[in-house]
Amino acid sequence: MLSIKNLYVSIEGKEILKGINLEIKPGEIHAIMGPNGSGKSTLANVLAGKEEYEVTEGEITFMGEDLLEMAPEERALKGVFMSFQYPVEIPGVPMVNFLKTAVNELRKYRGEEELTAGEFLKLMREKKELVELDTQLTNRSVNEGFSGGEKKKNEIFQMALLEPKLSILDETDSGLDIDALKRVAHGVNALRNPENATIVVTHYQRLLEYIVPDFVHVLYQGKIVKSSGKELAFELEEKGYDWIKQENGL
Amino acid sequence: MSVVAEKADLSLKYTAHYNEVKEGLLEDSADILNAPRNQAFRDFVSQGIPTRKFENYKYTNLQPAFIPEYSFMHRREPVEVDLNNAFRCDVPQLDTHLAYIFNGWFYDRGSQVGNLPEGVILESIEKIAHEKPELLAKYATLAKTGDDPLVALNTAFAKDGYFLYVPKNTVLEKPIQLINFLQAEKDAFVTQRNFIYVEEGANVQVISCDHTLNLNTYLNNSVTEIFVGPNASFEFYTLQNQHNSTTNLNSVFISQSRDSKATTHYATLHGGLIRNNLKYILDGENAEANLFGMAFIDRKQHVDNFTQVVHAKPHCQSNQFYKNVLDDEATGAFAGRIHVVRDAQKTNAFQRNNNLLLTDKATMQTKPQLIIDADDVKCSHGATVGQIDEEALFYLRARGIEESKARLMMMNAFAYEVVQRINIEPLRNRINELVDKRLKGEVARCHDCAYNCDC
Ligand SMILES: Nc1ncnc2c1ncn2[C@@H]1O[C@H](COP(=O)(O)OP(=O)(O)OP(=O)(O)O)[C@@H](O)[C@H]1O
Ligand SMILES: [Mg+2]
Repeated sequence: MLSIKNLYVSIEGKEILKGINLEIKPGEIHAIMGPNGSGKSTLANVLAGKEEYEVTEGEITFMGEDLLEMAPEERALKGVFMSFQYPVEIPGVPMVNFLKTAVNELRKYRGEEELTAGEFLKLMREKKELVELDTQLTNRSVNEGFSGGEKKKNEIFQMALLEPKLSILDETDSGLDIDALKRVAHGVNALRNPENATIVVTHYQRLLEYIVPDFVHVLYQGKIVKSSGKELAFELEEKGYDWIKQENGL
Repeated sequence: MSVVAEKADLSLKYTAHYNEVKEGLLEDSADILNAPRNQAFRDFVSQGIPTRKFENYKYTNLQPAFIPEYSFMHRREPVEVDLNNAFRCDVPQLDTHLAYIFNGWFYDRGSQVGNLPEGVILESIEKIAHEKPELLAKYATLAKTGDDPLVALNTAFAKDGYFLYVPKNTVLEKPIQLINFLQAEKDAFVTQRNFIYVEEGANVQVISCDHTLNLNTYLNNSVTEIFVGPNASFEFYTLQNQHNSTTNLNSVFISQSRDSKATTHYATLHGGLIRNNLKYILDGENAEANLFGMAFIDRKQHVDNFTQVVHAKPHCQSNQFYKNVLDDEATGAFAGRIHVVRDAQKTNAFQRNNNLLLTDKATMQTKPQLIIDADDVKCSHGATVGQIDEEALFYLRARGIEESKARLMMMNAFAYEVVQRINIEPLRNRINELVDKRLKGEVARCHDCAYNCDC
C-alpha cells in the first residue's frame, strides 16, 4: 500500500530525514517510536503533503502512485489521513461546515451523491458516539477552544467520518486521559479492516496495548535504526533509547 | 505642469464653476440650504482638496479624483430609466420602506415607501427645507464646513438628498431602504445631502445601498447628519457596490443623546476610491456606539475608513470593529480616533482592525489614535495585518478540501465576525452571499441588475 524508499527530507536547509525505508501492506499496523526531535512528525507531514518540507531524495508510492506528485487534498481524497499532533484552531469556520464539506468532497471524488443536511447530521451523530465526542463541540468553530484531549478526539472523529485507507496517528495518545485513550483506541480498532493500514506515532507503550502493532520501528536522528515486533515497545518502555544508540554505535 | 500649478488650477476651476452656477444653486432651494453656501465655498477654497499632506488624509490623495471634466448634477433631471424594472436590488424576503435617490436627488415617483407609521417622514430634503424648515433647525450643525473640505463643498453644492424623521417612541417594524443610483450621460460629480432625526425612544433601521448603473466616471460626495434622541435606537447599514471608476466620498455624522444606541455597519464590496468619514459624538450619558465595517477589494481599488468617536459625556461605550480583505494591488487604510474629553469618566472604548492581504502587492495602513483627557477610562485597541494562516489552510486541505475552496472558507471565516453583526437576517444572508461571490472573484452584483456591467 505504502512504499517509502531512501527518503531524504530537509526543512530550511536542515536535513531531518536521512534515508527512510518503509513498506506497509493493507491490514498492518506500524508503530513508530523515537526520541523527541528525531523526525517522526516530519515523516507524517511529508506523507500528508505539507509543502514546507523539501524531499531531496527518494520516493514514496501509495497504492502504486507517486504520492509526492499529489497535492494534500488529492492525497486525502485517495485515502491518506493524518491525525495532527497539534490540531490548529480555525476561528470562523464552523465545525459542521468543515466536516460536511470534507465528507461531500470525498463523496464527489468517489462518484457518490452528496449527503443532504439531514443525512450528514445522522452520520455525524453515529461517528460522534464512536469516540464519545461531546455533542456540543460540533457547534463551535474548528478546534476553537477545544481542550487538548478534545482536539485529539476530534481528529479520530474526522478519521471515522472519512474512513481513510492509510491513517497516520501522530501522538494521538498524548493529552488523553485513560478513559479517553481507551475510547480513541476502540474507535481506531473499530475502523480497522483488512484493506486499510495504520501508522501509530507514540512515545508510550500504553497505547500499543490497545492498538496492537504488527511492527515497531525506532526512528533516531532521521533514520529507522531498528525494526521489530510489538515486544520492542516493551523493551523501549523499560530501557529507554540508550541501548539502541549503543547498538548502532551512535 | 507643476504640481503646485495644477493644484492652483484645480482650485480655480472649482471656483470658476461655483461662480458660474451660484445663482442657479440658490434658485428653488429654501433659505436653510442657501444660507451657508457662500461661507461653505470659501471654507472649501481655503482648505483645498485633500492630499496626503492633510493630517486626516495621510493615505488618500483626493486630488486626482477632482481632475476629470465632470458634469455637475445641480438640477433635478428626469429619470431616464424605469427603476423598478431596470434595477431591483432585491434582497429576498427583505421587506422595506423603499426610496430611490438618483444622482443625489430624492426620487419619489416609483418609490415604494409604503405605509409608514404615523408621523414618520421619508422625503426629499429639498422639499422639507421649503415646507417644514423647523425640522431642519439643526442642519449643518454637526457637519461643519470650517474643518472639513468635503463637508464644505457638499454644503456649498447641496440641493437634495433624503430626509428621515422618526417621532417620539415610534418603532418601525420594517427597515427603511435607500437606494442611491449614479447614472448620467457623461462623467458626473454628484452631491447628496441627507438628514436623519430619530426622536426620543424611537427605533429604526436604515439600509443605504450605493450603486452605479453605467460605466462613466463618478465622484459622489455625500454628507449625512444624524441625530439620535434619548433612549432611541438606530441602526444604519451601508452597502457600497459601485465600479472601478467611482470615487465615493461618504461622510456621516452622528450625535447621540443619553441612553441611546447607534450602530453603523459598512460593507464595501466594490468601488474605485472609497473614503468613509464617520464621526460619532456621544453627547449624553450611557450612550452606546457601534462602528462596524468590512471591505473586500481588489485590482487597484482603494478604501479608507476614517472614524472619530468623541466621548463627550461619562458612562458611554463605543466599539469599533473593522475588517478588510485586500487582493491584487488594492490598498487600504484605517484610522480610528477615540477622543475622551475631560470629565467623560467611566468611558469604555474599544477598537479593533484586522486585515488580510492576499498578495504581496496589496497594502494596508492602520493607525489608532487615542486622545484621552479623563482618568477613569477603559480603552483598548488592536490591529493586525496578515496573510491567510497557512497552517489552517493545510489542515483543511489535508481533509480533502481543494485549495481554492479552503481559501474561500478561510476568507469567509475572516469576514464572518463582522457579517454576523448585521441584525437584519435577510440582509445578513444577502451580504454573506455577496461577500462569498466577491471572494470567489465573481462580480458581486445583484442578480436583477439589467446593467450587467463587468467593471
Ligand atoms: N518548520 C521547521 N523549521 C525548522 N526546523 C524544524 C521545522 N519542523 C521541524 N523541525 C526540526 O526537525 C526536527 C524533527 O522534528 P519533528 O517534529 O519531526 O520531531 P518528532 O520526532 O516528531 O519529535 P516529537 O517527539 O517531539 O514530536 C526537530 O529538530 C525540529 O526542530
Ligand atoms: Mg512530533
